[in-house]
Amino acid sequence: MSDIELRNVSRWYGNVVAINDITMTIGQGVTGLLGPNGAGKSTLLHLIAGFLAPSRGEVTIGGTASWHNPDIYRVLGLVPERDSVYAFLTGEDFVRATARLHTLPDPEAAARRAIGIVEMADAQDRKISTYSKGMRQRIKVAAALVHDPQVLLLDEPFNGMDPRQRLHMMELLERLGAEGRTILFSSHILEEVERLSGTIQVIVSGRLAASGDFRAIRRLMTSRPHVFLVRTSDDRRLGATLIGRPAVTGVEVTGKGLQVRASDYGAFSRELAALTREQGIRLRELLPEDESLESVFAYLVES
Amino acid sequence: MFGVQGRVVASLTLRATMGRKRVFLFAIPPLILVLVTVLLKLAHPPATDWPSHILGDFGFSVVLPLTALIIGTSVLGAEIDDGSVIHLLATPVRRSTVIVSKFVVAALLTMIFVAIPELIAGLIATGGATRLAVGLFVGALAGSVIYNAVFVMISVVTTRAIAVGLLYLLVWEAVLGNFASGARLLSVEQYSLGVANSIARTASLNAHLGLSTAIGMGAVVTVATLAFAIRRLASFSLKGDAV
Repeated sequence: MSDIELRNVSRWYGNVVAINDITMTIGQGVTGLLGPNGAGKSTLLHLIAGFLAPSRGEVTIGGTASWHNPDIYRVLGLVPERDSVYAFLTGEDFVRATARLHTLPDPEAAARRAIGIVEMADAQDRKISTYSKGMRQRIKVAAALVHDPQVLLLDEPFNGMDPRQRLHMMELLERLGAEGRTILFSSHILEEVERLSGTIQVIVSGRLAASGDFRAIRRLMTSRPHVFLVRTSDDRRLGATLIGRPAVTGVEVTGKGLQVRASDYGAFSRELAALTREQGIRLRELLPEDESLESVFAYLVES
Repeated sequence: MFGVQGRVVASLTLRATMGRKRVFLFAIPPLILVLVTVLLKLAHPPATDWPSHILGDFGFSVVLPLTALIIGTSVLGAEIDDGSVIHLLATPVRRSTVIVSKFVVAALLTMIFVAIPELIAGLIATGGATRLAVGLFVGALAGSVIYNAVFVMISVVTTRAIAVGLLYLLVWEAVLGNFASGARLLSVEQYSLGVANSIARTASLNAHLGLSTAIGMGAVVTVATLAFAIRRLASFSLKGDAV
């Protein structure tokens, strides 16, 4: 049993609610924890990792509560977001020390295996203080994997990585998930989650906004009406024409230009170009108004 | 001593503490102590009880507490401050092992940097293994143990451990301890002097507690502060998102 389970979990700081009544089960494979900055992703990971007490509700891993229970780290590995490691140690020293803290029977072999998994053998004899951000991230993963845990938690593992390092980390997580481990990682970047995981949990303002298969949620995101800001030489005339089109669900003349709501992104952009040419209207600017991740999340919360 | 885990924690602590440039900071007060002793010895001051003033007053109310403060608050406090303690705590190592190992390292380092220099200075000042020299050494050993228990505990409770520790030393021990006799019962300096004076037996040390009170209270304070530190570390929490 390696399921992560949250039952009606809330966490508040004084009057501020950081996590609001979240219930979820995370099973084998890779799961992405997605949400804008400050949504409560880190708070949730800390609750699961046993580094924060829930104000209400229950957090368990494989049926055992994680708070006040250091034994949970026999089945759990944690890769914290903060970059602070024992920089005076070599990579190998660090992973081996972690193996000893786990009282593994053969710490040397366990360290070698974990360093091999993250492909850091070439740099294992260098001090961690000389490592790049991506290398530090990988040696942290090696330390978290040294006792071969069933559950691995990673807080923003792709932060500060270059594209090659990201790809490498994604492949690694995919491999670990395919081996039957429960992998939960947080991210505020949609594309990272999209590449990696079939299952996502979306957190917005401390609430679970969406949960389940990524493709289904993505479809939900793409089928929502798109909002554009169009600036032309004659906004009103264009607006009058646009409202007759089936792809357009609403038009508003604003001080900044013409705000158009379209149900079909592709059809609208094709029609807009044709219409302006036909009418002799000069198209000055076309801006998507709601492409930011926050608006995607906001839409999910509403739906 | 505490199995593999304790040895790993102790060795990591030792490497982190000694690796910092701070180690020079530890060495300065005892160097001053020995240097002043040598100079006074050469100058032949008129007051014959100068060794107990330098080694007792300066040694026990400045050198010992300040060195213990720097060491005791850094063995665990530095890791809590920079967040690296998470790598230690995300393992099944018992929180009591963490606290006790770190405390033992801090106490031993303080003995090396204070108690041994006290002994050297005592030998120089009194011209041999006198009761005063041995008493000051043993008193400093006791102080190294008790002070570090207190300062390790403070570093778990607050991120401003040095400030809180200084406040205790300056306000409680230096000011209140000199005027209110009740405060002496909770003064680590007085425990250390009490132990020292049980061997040295001189009024010039200004020890106000007997040996049994000093050792009894010192043991209670050591055990109580360490137990509290273990409890607090068991509830160690990470800050979540900025809210």
